[in-house]
Amino acid sequence: MCWEGRNAVLSSQGTTAPALAIEACALTRCYGALVAVDHLSLAVGRGEAFAFLGPNGAGKTTTIRMLTGLIRPSGGTALIDGLDIARDAMAAKARVGVVPQRSNLYGELSARDNLVFVAQLYGLPSRRWRARADELLDQFGLSEKAGVPFSTLSGGMKRRLTIAAALVHEPSILFLDEPTTGLDVLSARNLRALVGDLKGRGITIFLTTHLITEAEQLASRVGIIVKGRLIAVDTPAGLRARTHGEDVLEVTIPEPAEALLAALRGAATVRALSRAGDTLRLTVSTVDAGLRTLTEVTQRYGACIANVRTVAPSLEDAFVRLTQVDAEAMRNGPRSQGGDAP
Amino acid sequence: MSLQQLGRAWHITAKDIRTYYLKPPLISWGMLLPAVFILAFYLRAPGDIRSAAPGLIGLTVLFGATSVEAVVISFEKRIGGMERLLMAPVSVPALLAGKVASGMLFGVATGALVWLGSTLAWSLPLAAGLPLVAIALGSATFALLGVLISLVMREVFDAMTLSNLFRFPMMFLSGVFVPVAALPSALQVVAALLPLTYTVDALRHLLLGGAGASYPLWTDLLASLAFAAALYVAALELMRRRLEDLL
Repeated sequence: MCWEGRNAVLSSQGTTAPALAIEACALTRCYGALVAVDHLSLAVGRGEAFAFLGPNGAGKTTTIRMLTGLIRPSGGTALIDGLDIARDAMAAKARVGVVPQRSNLYGELSARDNLVFVAQLYGLPSRRWRARADELLDQFGLSEKAGVPFSTLSGGMKRRLTIAAALVHEPSILFLDEPTTGLDVLSARNLRALVGDLKGRGITIFLTTHLITEAEQLASRVGIIVKGRLIAVDTPAGLRARTHGEDVLEVTIPEPAEALLAALRGAATVRALSRAGDTLRLTVSTVDAGLRTLTEVTQRYGACIANVRTVAPSLEDAFVRLTQVDAEAMRNGPRSQGGDAP
Repeated sequence: MSLQQLGRAWHITAKDIRTYYLKPPLISWGMLLPAVFILAFYLRAPGDIRSAAPGLIGLTVLFGATSVEAVVISFEKRIGGMERLLMAPVSVPALLAGKVASGMLFGVATGALVWLGSTLAWSLPLAAGLPLVAIALGSATFALLGVLISLVMREVFDAMTLSNLFRFPMMFLSGVFVPVAALPSALQVVAALLPLTYTVDALRHLLLGGAGASYPLWTDLLASLAFAAALYVAALELMRRRLEDLL
């Protein structure tokens, strides 16, 4: 896998210069007997937006922490802009911006002072501290809140300022760990638009998310991680195409019984099933075979079909197919876990 | 440590001072507790307070410097601030220096305040500012002790509790209340192993003309320096080992 990445670059550009922003090779991290990240290899090109998709506890945060030099890998290597994060930690850290899962700026300091402090930590010249802070406050629509303590900002504003803080030193690579977690719908949407803008400016983006739509919307390539293993890396279209030769039925059955769901899952014609409330998505071998199974099973359990339609396979279908993880389990995943690291 | 890293260490200190010097645990353990002891001494024997000054200054420095570390490390860890410092290009020695300096400066400031106050009130000698050297050495030592404790404990509260395990015995054995020479000989041996002993002893030389002192002044200053150096090495090693626990 490491070599595939390298060769791709070699063949397209004919050079070994660090055309890759991020390169991980057999990256592994154990916590005692638990293997949180298992021989993970991937390559992210400059200016690319890459999403790391997986359920809670899959190893996403652990991977980001290894790539940004916060924790040491148990095995494998990671290069950031061609710099080994273990050996050239200071130089590599200076090139990346990190937006951690938690908005961890200082509650007692004002929005501006928080940015000034980050500017000081990253060694910006003193005449730039305040100017750079004000630039970012303006850019992120927070100028009015410049003098307000961080602790009194709303959740969405805190998140925006945390992203601004990651950009103070103008990094070429930005890591975002679950950027929209805990935000209301509107703030999350604004934030996605903001990340989209950054992508347009040529910054390499590596984001983790457990939201399939977010990955599809923001990233040009998606890596799917389950239980510490990277099981697929492709464009959203490429992942969708993996469900080629299958059809998807979207069926509404009011309050479907567990036994009915189990029967559908067990049917030979049903390749995958995901559920969102009363709506079931069935990946089936053919529409005809799927409909026959559906009628047979609903009749057996005396359930009524309120609606049925065929839909094009989505990234979610591909995800469910690839991971065998119920998409609903991802949406309603235990939020209390917070991070992946134990 | 490069100048660049030293600069970053100072910015961490300056941020800690602005952010944490007025936190409740620091006010109660770092300011109120020494103030209460000074008041208690004064009320018990107003005529005798002059001779208690070295002990009270040492006590103030000890509680101030260790309490700051419990806050700037444990509290910062809890809000995720340590993760922010560690993801920046800040080396471990710079991080340690930044954190130690905020505790040390607090100890120096509160200790100097008590010294200057008692100098004014009871006309103690200024001794060409030498007491400040003793105060600074002691403060650095106690701040480093505070770092070690805070790296081991998870919460501010636990760090304060563990600190007291060291602070209270030192208070009784290091010549704060009773000169070391007046202790039973077994306890004198214990006293010789405690850093506060040398801070207080040095101050007895400088402020009281050596009344109640047990060691020569140069021994006091060298011992303080040795404690600070040993604790620095230990704190740096522990911080390197426990770096991931700070996230």
